[in-house]
Amino acid sequence: MNAAASTTTARAPDSPAAQEEQSLLRFFTCGSVDDGKSTLIGRLLYDTRLILEDQFAALERDSARHGTTGGDIDFALLLDGLEAEREQGITIDVAYRHFATNRRRFIVADTPGHEEYTRNMATGASTADLAVVLVDARQGILTQTRRHAFIASLLGVRHVVLAVNKVDLVDFAQATFDAIAHEFHSFAKDFCFETIVEIPMSARYGDNVTTSSDRTPWYSGPTLLEHLETVPVTERDGPFRLPVQFVSRPNADFRGYAGQIAAGRIAVGDAIVAARSGRTSTVRSIVTADGNLQSASAGQAVTVVLSDEIDVSRGDILAAPAERPHRADQFMAHVIWFSPEPMLPGRSYVLRTEVDSVGATVTALKYQIDINNFSHEAAKSLHMNEVGVCNVSTQAPVVFDSYRENRSTGNFVLIDRFTNATVGAGMIDYPLHRAANIQWQALDIDRNARATLKHQRPAVIWLTGLSGAGKSTIANTLEKLLHAGGRHTYVLDGDNVRHGLNRDLGFTAEDRVENIRRIAEVARLMADAGLIVIVSAISPFGSERRMARDLFDPGDFVEVFVDTPLEECVRRDPKGLYRKALAGELTNFTGVDSPYERPETPELHLRTGGHDPAELAGQIEAYLLRR
Amino acid sequence: MSLTHLQRLEAEAIHVFREVAASFAKPVMLYSIGKDSSVMLRLAMKAFYPAKPPFPLLHVDTTWKFREMIAFRDRTAAELGLDLLVHVNKDGLEQRINPFTHGPGIHTHVMKTLALRQALDKFGFDAAFGGARRDEEKARAKERIFSFRTAQHAWDPKNQRPEMWKTYNTRVAPGESIRVFPLSNWTELDVWQYILKEEIPIVPLYFAAKRPVVRRDGQLIVVDDSRMTLADGERIEERLVRFRTLGCYPLTAAIESDAATVPDIVREMLTARTSERQGRLIDTDEVGSMERKKREGYF
Repeated sequence: MNAAASTTTARAPDSPAAQEEQSLLRFFTCGSVDDGKSTLIGRLLYDTRLILEDQFAALERDSARHGTTGGDIDFALLLDGLEAEREQGITIDVAYRHFATNRRRFIVADTPGHEEYTRNMATGASTADLAVVLVDARQGILTQTRRHAFIASLLGVRHVVLAVNKVDLVDFAQATFDAIAHEFHSFAKDFCFETIVEIPMSARYGDNVTTSSDRTPWYSGPTLLEHLETVPVTERDGPFRLPVQFVSRPNADFRGYAGQIAAGRIAVGDAIVAARSGRTSTVRSIVTADGNLQSASAGQAVTVVLSDEIDVSRGDILAAPAERPHRADQFMAHVIWFSPEPMLPGRSYVLRTEVDSVGATVTALKYQIDINNFSHEAAKSLHMNEVGVCNVSTQAPVVFDSYRENRSTGNFVLIDRFTNATVGAGMIDYPLHRAANIQWQALDIDRNARATLKHQRPAVIWLTGLSGAGKSTIANTLEKLLHAGGRHTYVLDGDNVRHGLNRDLGFTAEDRVENIRRIAEVARLMADAGLIVIVSAISPFGSERRMARDLFDPGDFVEVFVDTPLEECVRRDPKGLYRKALAGELTNFTGVDSPYERPETPELHLRTGGHDPAELAGQIEAYLLRR
Repeated sequence: MSLTHLQRLEAEAIHVFREVAASFAKPVMLYSIGKDSSVMLRLAMKAFYPAKPPFPLLHVDTTWKFREMIAFRDRTAAELGLDLLVHVNKDGLEQRINPFTHGPGIHTHVMKTLALRQALDKFGFDAAFGGARRDEEKARAKERIFSFRTAQHAWDPKNQRPEMWKTYNTRVAPGESIRVFPLSNWTELDVWQYILKEEIPIVPLYFAAKRPVVRRDGQLIVVDDSRMTLADGERIEERLVRFRTLGCYPLTAAIESDAATVPDIVREMLTARTSERQGRLIDTDEVGSMERKKREGYF
């Protein structure tokens, strides 16, 4: 071990009281694979004497077995806690470690360098105040360096340390260090970081990590630890915001709104507004288990009781009346995509803010941002690890701030409706006022009035299944049956609609999503007019069928799975399309080179084998009568 | 006013508790009677005040816990007026699974991991709070605060959901569940300082006292009942010991210490040179044993 790291002053303070009062810095390490991120944290923990004896014994055992440092202690093994990580010698997921010195406490997130695991890097960055961006002095700035610096800036990380690592391997050359620092500054100048501090270091040998190195005499700046201990991290603050987690009603006499204050301060007697409804009231009391408070401020978890009974529920924000959050159902946002399944404009996702959850679609992908030169490029979909700027439309209005103003009330994640995976993360830029300026026109004659006149309950019968499964035949038979029974009906046929309304759409995944969205909206209008609508469309994706379902009241949407085996559809091939698709003359054909996601819980599951269309249509009619 | 370190940790944990209560149909708190569970319970009481926590406590009893732990458990639940569910793996009991004849690995798997899975299935809980901290062990350092489990209770560490900000993905399909760790960002020292500040009652086994111990494989084992038989050359001696962590008594080693109060313990912590899990005999089997246990459904 090198002399540079042999002494250290960093230690946990002896007095418990002093420890408790210390400030906390959350930071993370990032950069490309093998730039030494885990090694650096291991070195910090070791030099601040945070590695305990039994942990060090385990580290020695691990180093002998999995180490990549040829007999020396491999600090990365302190962090790479998963078996797969130790076997492959890479970091897959973010690890959180704690350490403390006399001046400050730290939670450090060690994030993975592989592009594949960008979602885990973003996870570590989303809660951090500072980023340590590592660069291998021999390699210089790489694509991942740019990507991580960019994502850090997007997520609102304000401070950056550029750690030019492995300077021992470039003979401690100042020119190499200066060139890397210059290149970093030139592309990061537009990233709005408050501070960028570059430090030459060797994580493996400890140069300039916790002690100044005599091998870089040309460097007079702070060591990494000195900088981490002193960089100012005052909380960003703004007007009062309390995102409401739930309404506490333990008995008839108490009604309080529980949440963690996201910004600002309130005191008893202050006026507040419930952002969703715009109704105002004043603070009667601020309740905590440790007694009522006269005032409370950002970061505190409290329960607020108001003077008036106004409508407030989970997802709302109690706010300062003079500076209210936005309330809108359309906004523009930066989105990072995490899922191997690309983001498709028009597809319905669950949008989750800190306290609210609502159906949402990306209505337009305005552009994608190229990580290499940060230019804006037109794109039809967003793939894994890409960043884009989108217009988002929600099914109900949400209340929010811009992410720049408030990291808590300006963020959201997107969740896949079927797998429940977190597929993307968003930072809201601003509301789109298109939504604000188009008010709903309230009409006196409503859906019930129209339906009553027709003596029927409107519904949408949604027939889904492979091409050639028999959907159109069943739809036609069913309509004849219903018509004969005096019902007012209409058939929306997937093929016919493509001749008119959807003439501009092709068969890519993006266009298929839009095709179904339009059919669903037209079906909704017709049901609103009082009709029983029969939709016949392959509608291969579960997400879009779910989006269609969500447009209707429960019970009014009847999903019918017309289940005919693929071999049978190919045999029938009524339009000769399977022959073409199998010959490769037709692409994106469902069942051949494009997937069909089988409905999991349709209202009706029609296995067509051995039944004629009249019998199947009869089953649907019977279901409608039973409703 | 800027919050102190402990106030920040407290507020973060309260936020987590409230998110779970608001988003899940049937949450439960895994209550293991140790210091971390005691802190977690205090935080839950605070989170819902003036109401009570809207979920029961669940203790998975291996039948090998210290007697003082069981007494403390029953007293705590009664004093706070909380529902306490106790589950024992009856199959394991019938097969007389125990740490002495079957070894720590099988005992823990059958009486703890399988028992926990049985209990979660039996009651149909969709979210379960646990007191695990990231500073305990390096597989835990990798875990999310909201950690997804399949319908088979398995953890897939290579494919965890991204966890951005404190915007938690609380969605699960029927049968699936989330393990929730409100103390993720606490250290052992934080736990003790919070116990000190809040005057939280804990099992007396944490405080030094003269106890009957046997030295076995270099560790001090307290003889809690007559089920422990002595090997040749072993003898029971009285020593001034305490515990840094509590579990099944044959698997939890005591340390020699004279720390008899919480302030004593905090002072001892500040100069400690070994980690608390050193006293956990099941962790030292081999590298990666915690991850393997967690993948199988262990907390």
